[in-house]
Amino acid sequence: MPDIKFRLKRQDPRDKKNPGPHWEEYTVHYEGENLTVLEGLFHIQEKFDGSLSFRYCCRASVCGSCAMYINGAYRLACQTNVKHLDTDLITVEPMPHLPLVKDMVVDMDEFFAKYEYVMPWLIRQSPAPEKEIIQSPKERKKIDMPVDCILCGSCYSACPSAWGEENYLGPAALLKAHRFEVDTRDEGGKERIARWNSERGVYRCHTIMNCVEACPKELNPTEGIQWLKRAAVRRKLFGKAK
Amino acid sequence: MIHHDVIVVGGGLSGLRAAIEAKRAGVDVAILSQVHPGRSHSGQAQGGINAALGNHPDGLDDSWERHAFDTVKGGDFLVDQDCAVQMAKDAPGIIYEMDHWGCPFSRFDNGKIAQRPFGGAGFPRCCYGADKTGHYLLHTLVEQAYGLQIKMYVEQYVSRLIVHDGVCQGVVSYDMIHGGFEAFTANAVIIATGGAGRTYNNTTNSHISTGCGMFMAYYVGVPLKDMEFVQFHPTGLLTTQILMTEGARGEGGYLINGLGERLMERYVPKAMELAPRDITSRSIQTEINEGRGIDGKDYVHLDLRHLGAEKILERLPGIRDLAIHFEGVDPIEEPIPVTPVQHYWMGGIDTNVDGATVMPGLYAAGECACVSVHGANRLGGNSLLETIVFGRRAGAEVVRYLETLTDKRPDARTAFSAAQMMEQAVEELGAREGTEDVYKLRAEMTALMKDHFFLFRDEPTMKAGLEGLYSVKERVKNISLRWTGGVFNIDMIRTMEFEGMLDMALCVAEGAIVRQESRGAHFRTDFNTRDDANWLRHTLAYYDPDSPKPRLDYKPVTLGTFELQERKY
Repeated sequence: MPDIKFRLKRQDPRDKKNPGPHWEEYTVHYEGENLTVLEGLFHIQEKFDGSLSFRYCCRASVCGSCAMYINGAYRLACQTNVKHLDTDLITVEPMPHLPLVKDMVVDMDEFFAKYEYVMPWLIRQSPAPEKEIIQSPKERKKIDMPVDCILCGSCYSACPSAWGEENYLGPAALLKAHRFEVDTRDEGGKERIARWNSERGVYRCHTIMNCVEACPKELNPTEGIQWLKRAAVRRKLFGKAK
Repeated sequence: MIHHDVIVVGGGLSGLRAAIEAKRAGVDVAILSQVHPGRSHSGQAQGGINAALGNHPDGLDDSWERHAFDTVKGGDFLVDQDCAVQMAKDAPGIIYEMDHWGCPFSRFDNGKIAQRPFGGAGFPRCCYGADKTGHYLLHTLVEQAYGLQIKMYVEQYVSRLIVHDGVCQGVVSYDMIHGGFEAFTANAVIIATGGAGRTYNNTTNSHISTGCGMFMAYYVGVPLKDMEFVQFHPTGLLTTQILMTEGARGEGGYLINGLGERLMERYVPKAMELAPRDITSRSIQTEINEGRGIDGKDYVHLDLRHLGAEKILERLPGIRDLAIHFEGVDPIEEPIPVTPVQHYWMGGIDTNVDGATVMPGLYAAGECACVSVHGANRLGGNSLLETIVFGRRAGAEVVRYLETLTDKRPDARTAFSAAQMMEQAVEELGAREGTEDVYKLRAEMTALMKDHFFLFRDEPTMKAGLEGLYSVKERVKNISLRWTGGVFNIDMIRTMEFEGMLDMALCVAEGAIVRQESRGAHFRTDFNTRDDANWLRHTLAYYDPDSPKPRLDYKPVTLGTFELQERKY
């Protein structure tokens, strides 16, 4: 593999001398055949600049730590093999439209506050059965898509509706709401619905579908949000969401 | 200083489950985690979680007795049998509870939780959610933790324990988002930080699986148990070592050698691909060593093609994605190149069945702990089970412990000075000359572990490895920190954790050299049989502040439920 040039957007807002964003370039020499962007970042941090900050954990595209803006698209750094980018210049930026902590690390507090707001947990009213709650494979299939969300934040960062309205819950939180509303075991009813069936909820989604494009797990938050909109109407008309 | 009655270090399955138990009992509990809990290493688990539910048509008369027996035999009888029994008994209840909390388990046609066969188990008792069981369980507990409004301090790197008069009273932590070290006081601390897989350079583990909780406990005098027993998973992806679940074989996948044969035929013709992991990994490695890898190289094939696209897409969609993204191979079309890699840490902080350590106020649960329910070799599907069963038990035990305390005020002076000392230590590290590159030493150590303490061990190889480790240990004195302050200083975290990882590696090495037998994952070519007369006992490794070498001691294994027998499959 030839030398790969990494162009990184660096910024430490606490650095009094240089608080603004700036670009730095590093050349990564790699012997093997495969190099992921995350490996490249580790290489740079170890060899060239110890002050480089980025999130890392599983390196197997399941923890959602390393979502970044890489060569103009939302990607997980660990899942991105540089050879698939078909270029020897790799540009890495933090996810845009989110407050910055440092370098590739963005502040996810608001993201998780909105996640929490939709009451993302199974709500039951009936007493728990002795064994499992029966759920047919067909019923289980309904939650196939949303349960794979890794909360990486790509969709939230990519959503123009969220850029314009700071109170909009955004695609990830709403997909989570969808995940529970669609689960046949959930009996959340009115409690959770009020959270997403509101001005800051589903109606802010204008089906721009950036979230679908951004999702590194190829999920479809827009579909989940549209399901919720229909469920709200169904509930109004027939008194039942599902 | 921040105070909580209970501090849980680590937000994976064990930590979350412990915190939930304490919170539900009305205790003030907080989680400190290096990553957001939803990003914990637990989420990488794929295949499933064992419980004798008897949902599978071939497993109707499964029972906790059979589960416990498989566990004990799988662990080559180094398991404390009373603990394995307890785990197997607790298992069905915690699975149903996870279902009631919304865990998206896969289902059988009758709507019950689906179960699949797994290695070393007499019955199909591995409950699963496709091949993403860890992710599903983890998110379910994260959701519960939010629902219960458990306080979470996210992106906190806990770097040492606060001990006052022999009692654990809190932790010192680096706040990655805001910078600086801070003392958190508590009346009890539960360590739930996972394994130390990253001491090997070929591991399925996350970058954060450094054993940080183990070495923190070790440094305050708590013994680590059975550290020489390290599990190597048979099927890691060739180039990235990412896990390819045992569930792939549970669903019927084959292991194929360079001659195109199902290689397990030579070794375990009865259990075939569903032999326990230690045996399967050694079988694969033997094929590779004897030139029967694919094209004579250092890997074999995991072949799923005969399962068909439909089954792969339904049961194994996650590993298909991983194989495509990370290896460029679609398992529907091609076999997957795999090789044995470090996977799980059987050893850990010595605890009883309720997570208690020898130090009052200090508890541990999950992979960082050693109860011991896995003995010399863990069965697939028992680690997710361990996390939740023992997380819950540790949480409950801490609640009982708090009730016994009369003075509930941790010593402020000790806590304050612990944080000061930590800051000072970092400053000193930064002021050093620094003639050694910590990352070079790290690469050296992880290579030594792979080359000298892998599947097949013998005295000369291990001694050479040990010498290498002590040389690294010597040179560690000459590392420095390039950057001591700031936020999200991963250079500092990775430097600080290295010394601890090295001590964990030394515990493995020293324990392995002394143990002159072969048992489970610890296989010695120079002592290739199990020796119950001399070695049916747990190793305990103690930190010795005056020596680079751990002090070893031993304690008996709890038997009494199942008869010792030769381990045959």
